[in-house]
Amino acid sequence: MAYSDKVIEHYNNPRNVGSFAKDEPNVGTGVVGAPECGDVMKLQLKIADDGVIEDARFKTFGCGSAIASSSYVTELVKGKHIDEAITIKNTVIVKELNLPPVKIHCSVLAEDAIKAAIADWRKRRGDRAASDEQSAQSKEA
Amino acid sequence: MLKKPIYMDNHATTRVDSRVLDAMLPYFTEKFGNAASRNHSFGWEAEEAVDRSRNQIAALVGVKSKEIIFTSGATESDNLAIKGVLEFYKDKGNHIISCVTEHKAVLDSCRALERAGRATVTYLPVDKYGMVDPDAVRRAITDHTVLISIMWANNEIGTIHPIAEIGKIAKDKGVIFHCDAVQAVGKVPVDFEKTGVDLASITAHKIYGPKGVGAIYVRSKGPRVRLTPQMDGGGHERGMRSGTLNVPGIVGLGAACEIAGKEMPEEVRRLMLLRSQLQAGLFERLDEIYVNGHPTERLPGNLNVSFAYVEGESLLMGINDIAVSSGSACTSATLEPSYVIRALGIGDELAHSSIRFGLGRFNTLEEVDYVTDRVSKEVKRLREMSPLYEMAKEGVDLKSVSWKS
Repeated sequence: MAYSDKVIEHYNNPRNVGSFAKDEPNVGTGVVGAPECGDVMKLQLKIADDGVIEDARFKTFGCGSAIASSSYVTELVKGKHIDEAITIKNTVIVKELNLPPVKIHCSVLAEDAIKAAIADWRKRRGDRAASDEQSAQSKEA
Repeated sequence: MLKKPIYMDNHATTRVDSRVLDAMLPYFTEKFGNAASRNHSFGWEAEEAVDRSRNQIAALVGVKSKEIIFTSGATESDNLAIKGVLEFYKDKGNHIISCVTEHKAVLDSCRALERAGRATVTYLPVDKYGMVDPDAVRRAITDHTVLISIMWANNEIGTIHPIAEIGKIAKDKGVIFHCDAVQAVGKVPVDFEKTGVDLASITAHKIYGPKGVGAIYVRSKGPRVRLTPQMDGGGHERGMRSGTLNVPGIVGLGAACEIAGKEMPEEVRRLMLLRSQLQAGLFERLDEIYVNGHPTERLPGNLNVSFAYVEGESLLMGINDIAVSSGSACTSATLEPSYVIRALGIGDELAHSSIRFGLGRFNTLEEVDYVTDRVSKEVKRLREMSPLYEMAKEGVDLKSVSWKS
């Protein structure tokens, strides 16, 4: 199968590869896919309190298109508010990278990774808020 | 200076040996006769060439030359063997015994018969090395069994089945034994007569001959094996395969067999040296890599390796000046990883991570060193990018993770 130039470019020069420390409070981590399916994407978003995505990192086990999809997504979400990022559709990725039909699942996975990372951030924020409240209450008591 | 790209996919096909091509060329031009033309010298010349080829093939595989029937290649030979036997012996039975790691030409021929209600098929499993258990073959035989179809050597993992043992069982039970010997002929010593093989598929393009020509061995005595032809026509090849003979191709197949036979001891020695160099080099540079296939009962030129935490297709993409193949799902349209690697029971994850190196006559030590270096570097780069590698290094048991997919 011939890859598009953009897939090859992202594969050769992936953007934002790596990991944030998991315990950083403003980081949301999304891990999607499964090893036995041949694709696992880990997307981490560093999100400010106002919901703007400040930075992103990825690691991907998968084919070149999966790597390129996740690399592109890290560029795409940076600077966006989570309310906007969460609406990103896989078709944007398909179009940008010229993915053939058999590789569309890679773009779907990347879309899912964004949603999973934001959900994780929200959950952790919620937990934090709850625990802040709790500790505030316990102080009052 | 290395010439690139480097071809290391010799189980898929091979380059035509220039000696084979030289033998073939006259049969396109001045010696273009139809081997079936009995009444002029053009025909006689062609027939003579075909007979010579039959002798060359027969000598390599230990059979009589009249037992060689020419076909368009191994897919046709497999189809003819399986469908031809089932049709001819339909009054005797309708049960086939085959194996899960067979080539698609065998598996799909069996499935076609199943779908048509003309056969029931037992697909035997393999052990973790990809080998079928001869006792399992014996146990699977019923009163209705008419055919056993087990390959000599596997095209992906190189594992060589215990053919002589299976042949003996087939003889004891009076069942016809077909063997897809495509990967073995010309690569390792093969003797169909002695090993009790009754039908065997052969192709030219895996042994440095041309594409589009092959043969089927059909045992003539002890027992005499009969087939219903699958193509109607002029009754060529003793009525088993109609169609004007591909004389240049047949000449090429014969020449390829003769060269393979003559050079086999030296070639086996050389390929095993190259392979152990490749294997040792990769194991030296990388952790968590696994050889798929049998440790010793294996084709000399085959090395199938799973590089854990790295997906096969992405690896191929990174080593794009090297031609190898992957058992990864993504190289096919089906998104399923190789059924052969899966059959080993090593897990789909490692199946996705497998790469097949197929060393051949024209590979050099210099190429092996380059490939070792290039592959190792790319695996390391991709592992740095792999969330699975990161998790494994952190001590996470990947099997314990509940994956959302």
